Amino acid sequence: MDLELMMNSFPKLLNAAVITLKLLSVSLIIGLFIGLFFAILRLNKNIFINRFAYGYSYVFRGTPLLVQIFIIYFGLGQIEYLRSTVLWIILKEPYWCAIIAFALNTGAYTSEILRSAFQTIKPGIIEAGKSLGISNKLIFYKIQIPIAIRQSLPAYGNEIILMMKGTSLASTVTIMDLTGVAKYIISTTFKPIEVFIVAGGIYLFMTFIIHNVIKFLEKKYSFN
Amino acid sequence: MMNIFKKIIFSVLFSFLIIGNVNADKIKIGTEGAYPPWNSKDASGKLIGFEVELANWLCIYMKRDCTIVEQDWDGMIPALQMRKFDAIMAGMSITDERKKVITFSQGYADEKASLAVMKGSSLEGLDTPKVLDLNKKGGSTSKTLKTLADALSGKTVCVQTGTIHQSFLDSGDVGKVNLRTYKTQDEVNLDLASGRCDVALAAISSFTDYAEKSGKAVIVVGPEFRGSHFGNGVGVGIRQASQMGEGSDQGKKDAKLLADFNKAIDIARKNGKISELAIKWFGFDASM
Repeated sequence: MDLELMMNSFPKLLNAAVITLKLLSVSLIIGLFIGLFFAILRLNKNIFINRFAYGYSYVFRGTPLLVQIFIIYFGLGQIEYLRSTVLWIILKEPYWCAIIAFALNTGAYTSEILRSAFQTIKPGIIEAGKSLGISNKLIFYKIQIPIAIRQSLPAYGNEIILMMKGTSLASTVTIMDLTGVAKYIISTTFKPIEVFIVAGGIYLFMTFIIHNVIKFLEKKYSFN
Repeated sequence: MMNIFKKIIFSVLFSFLIIGNVNADKIKIGTEGAYPPWNSKDASGKLIGFEVELANWLCIYMKRDCTIVEQDWDGMIPALQMRKFDAIMAGMSITDERKKVITFSQGYADEKASLAVMKGSSLEGLDTPKVLDLNKKGGSTSKTLKTLADALSGKTVCVQTGTIHQSFLDSGDVGKVNLRTYKTQDEVNLDLASGRCDVALAAISSFTDYAEKSGKAVIVVGPEFRGSHFGNGVGVGIRQASQMGEGSDQGKKDAKLLADFNKAIDIARKNGKISELAIKWFGFDASM
């Protein structure tokens, strides 16, 4: 065990963890909006809109994240026509390709989490709002959405942690995130165990923080 | 009843022992299977290439049983050290950096490295001498490096992770470049063709192989690199005998394997086998 290497690589890996957090937060924010949008579509009575939203979550939950990244990064890059459009400005950058893949992926899971949360809201609460003469729109924004978000906190916390670990796949498209830098250090030192232990420790620490923040929020907005 | 049961168990265990002994002389050779024409896979997933065929011949000369196994490039040296296989034949150049952790047989082939761009790139007419030998210190070397540094500044330069090409660009000899590293050479080629990479650095043979197979207008530019980071030819990577102790059984085995490979390469060079295979796979004689 090369302790000196572990100490030396720690600051480099810590810097790289910032990239990981950036990837995670940007894709979670975009993914949350996508998820909310598709969850609302799923509640729509129109069969086409409903099926479309279901199809989206089915495809993105049913295929590996790595495959999605590869299709967006290497796949779309092969289409010559696309390279002449303005879209290429975004798709040319590995960073944005990763963000698009992560956001679409977490969006699909988030839409499922939020949909089930909407469906567990007791009809009595909505009826109570109606009997007080509150408009449907206001009931939706001020009652249903806040309750749904609270209901989905535990499941969403899991999704954040899964996504955090998922960002390690960004290294496959040349992004120097935590895993990317770890691999880079290994390529010159040939010592995978030491470097991956340090990288794994940093991932574990990030999970610890996320887990506790979610637990705190759950307690703060508890119904009891 | 119990007796039969015991007999069966012992005979099974005994047969394992025999199999174990038979296997003791067998060697495993690790290759990447993703670096054509050195080593790659055909459509059915079978390993093919210059080194795969050469490995089989070397084993015949050594009179030993070999199996060739696949290993991702970025885990090649650690896998050798962890005994997943006994030798590396994966287009691995003999460099001082790698010699710190493993040992090499004599070189069997010469890997020529160069930059490549897509047709129409501003670097296409790069004006440099034909060869840049980094071991030669002097006016012309530093002038060529300066030309390259100017040409590459602000460009995205792509290489495979953990290669001599990466360590050269990391060294700062051509200034600070916007370096991007990929897991395989295939991915470098794809991104060079798509335009994500302005320029790539790798073995000339892998660029010409890609250009030929894909029909893409990949053009080799600039000097052919030699010396220093680019090592001293491609050899068989083997564990250092000292890793397990010179006197230990395993250390002795590794030392013997190195000697056997050196002898086998001598034979293959003398009888023209290396040249023959090189011409078959590279189109020119890359033997050394």
